[in-house]
Amino acid sequence: MRNGWLSLPTRRLVLLAGAGFSLTPHAVASPAEMDEVIRNLIGEATIKRGKVMLELPPIVENGNVVPLTVSVDSPMSEANHVTAIHIFNEKNPQPYVATFNLGPRAGRAGVSTRIRLADSQRVVAIARLNDGSFWSDSADVIVTLAACAEG
Amino acid sequence: MARVLINLPAQAKRGEIIEIKTLIAHPMETGYRLGRTGVVFPRDIINGFVCTYNGEQVFRAELFPAIAANPFIAFFTVATESGEIAFSWTDDRGETQTEVRQITVE
Repeated sequence: MRNGWLSLPTRRLVLLAGAGFSLTPHAVASPAEMDEVIRNLIGEATIKRGKVMLELPPIVENGNVVPLTVSVDSPMSEANHVTAIHIFNEKNPQPYVATFNLGPRAGRAGVSTRIRLADSQRVVAIARLNDGSFWSDSADVIVTLAACAEG
Repeated sequence: MARVLINLPAQAKRGEIIEIKTLIAHPMETGYRLGRTGVVFPRDIINGFVCTYNGEQVFRAELFPAIAANPFIAFFTVATESGEIAFSWTDDRGETQTEVRQITVE
């Protein structure tokens, strides 16, 4: 137990310390800030897990270009479709990544892009359906070379 | 203006779901990066993207500095009729670049 306690945090601390050097002296978003931003978005509604699939590589070497694909299990009909997909992160300078607005004309609720990650962290995708419900998925990413490292 | 790559089928069957891939050359300067003299590079990003199909909006994106340089966005739409699919990117200075592609639907 003592061994396990020692080895795991040490490894993490090394990763965190490495990422810390690359950050500019600006404010960095925190998991709490991300939660607050999400709360502002959804209001009193609750977020259910499921329907949404967020695909990110578990380990990335270059945080400047991280491929991200998000898809939502939805028929995309007039009666039942996704109206928006929001992407958030925990530890970049801002919790926002992108918002995609779509509708029944999309045919399929799927979007791909490339994002920046300033640190190893969790990325969250939230889909808003036309009935007002919210669904989410999250992915943890380990970043070995953080974005902005050359700054 | 900036170089743009747009990939979509020239022809499609009516009702077919097509994937559209777009990429625009842009540094997406975050506003958090320091130069050699310690001065922050001012923020300059593409913050909005809109796709319209014969004038009707089918997809819109709001982008933040966490989007990688040369923003790539891929999405789907239903091929409803022949006509024009237009793509517009707007940056922090308010400048908009629009590209138009034709699609033939049988």
